[in-house]
Amino acid sequence: MTVHASPAARFLDANRCIARYGARFLPAKTPVALPPLDSPQWQSPWRAFAWGLRSITQTILTLVLFATYLGIGALAHDTHFSLLWALCSTLFVWAGPAQIILITTLGSGATIVQSAIAVTVSAIRLFPMVVSVLPLMRTPTTKRRELFFAAHLTAVTLWVECHRFLPQVPRERRIAFVNGLGFGLVSVCLTANTVGYFLAANLTQTLGAAILLLTPLSFLFSTARNSREVADVVALTLGILLYPLAAKMNSGLDILVSGLVAGTIAYGVHWWREVRA
Amino acid sequence: MSFAQLIGDWHALAVLFVAGVVPNQIWRMLGLWFGGGIDEGSELLVWVRAVATAILAGVIAQIVVEPPGALASVPDALRYGAVGAGLVVFLLTRRSIFAGVVAGEVFMLAGKWWLG
Repeated sequence: MTVHASPAARFLDANRCIARYGARFLPAKTPVALPPLDSPQWQSPWRAFAWGLRSITQTILTLVLFATYLGIGALAHDTHFSLLWALCSTLFVWAGPAQIILITTLGSGATIVQSAIAVTVSAIRLFPMVVSVLPLMRTPTTKRRELFFAAHLTAVTLWVECHRFLPQVPRERRIAFVNGLGFGLVSVCLTANTVGYFLAANLTQTLGAAILLLTPLSFLFSTARNSREVADVVALTLGILLYPLAAKMNSGLDILVSGLVAGTIAYGVHWWREVRA
Repeated sequence: MSFAQLIGDWHALAVLFVAGVVPNQIWRMLGLWFGGGIDEGSELLVWVRAVATAILAGVIAQIVVEPPGALASVPDALRYGAVGAGLVVFLLTRRSIFAGVVAGEVFMLAGKWWLG
């Protein structure tokens, strides 16, 4: 039994304990349960699709997505959008941040053009994601239209999971596998939207508030988790801190203003570190 | 809730496509068409990613600072406290999204219950 000099030291020790033993309980650390690359299981594209579909049970991110889309469904309800609208936005936009930006800006009275600008800026990050993920699935004979659904399904979760799963999938079955994985994730999110929408309509105010709070919490933490470089951390922190200031100007472009300023400062920090290095 | 309420009106769906689907999808399709020659680490993309992250951060702040619907029934201090408590737990658990979200929710619900 270790004797702790201060409560703070005990705290640090507890943290070390989690670091040492926590790995056992983190599903992301266990190897992916897929058949070996040369298994006959991979001979049919439909089997590959089914393996992709089944892989949604292999990741904690499915649970995070469920919580996020539960929140989006509730948000759509409380901002007076219809259920069909919420489901269409999940199916055709398929990007949580863009959907939330769309709902909050339209809901707070922004014009279509203002919302479209905010959405398109948030979506630019999909471009490098698609660019980096499609070569993982391409073979010399792959046609561009075969990659259409894979490109549409690409968003942060699929992008992360592709880098984890695809090395264990034979190259010629990867498109089918990704389509299965994406189909599974979209189905989970459509279900979550519907559940969240009805919960927001029927729950007490406190529980309704709890579901709406899921959205900022899950986005804050999943973005923070994906922030590997200093520029990402600065952009996230400054973006949050500058928003209330920008909102005081009441220009209708609050989010664009705070985002451009905070993002550019973050880029400046990145640039300055590069120059110094 | 009536069936018509669940479907909504066509105008709202048209706005969804013009303001949401097209401005979002255009980047995926550009990636599909011109993906070959772009360097993922280029300086322009670093800046774009930083601005996109900051815009998302602004949206997170907007939901907490100017809350929609039922969330507006939670006092300011409790909403900020819930995000703060979630953040502390998130950092202490080596960036566990799940632990952070649960901690934030528990803080908010406990605070609501305590305030009565």
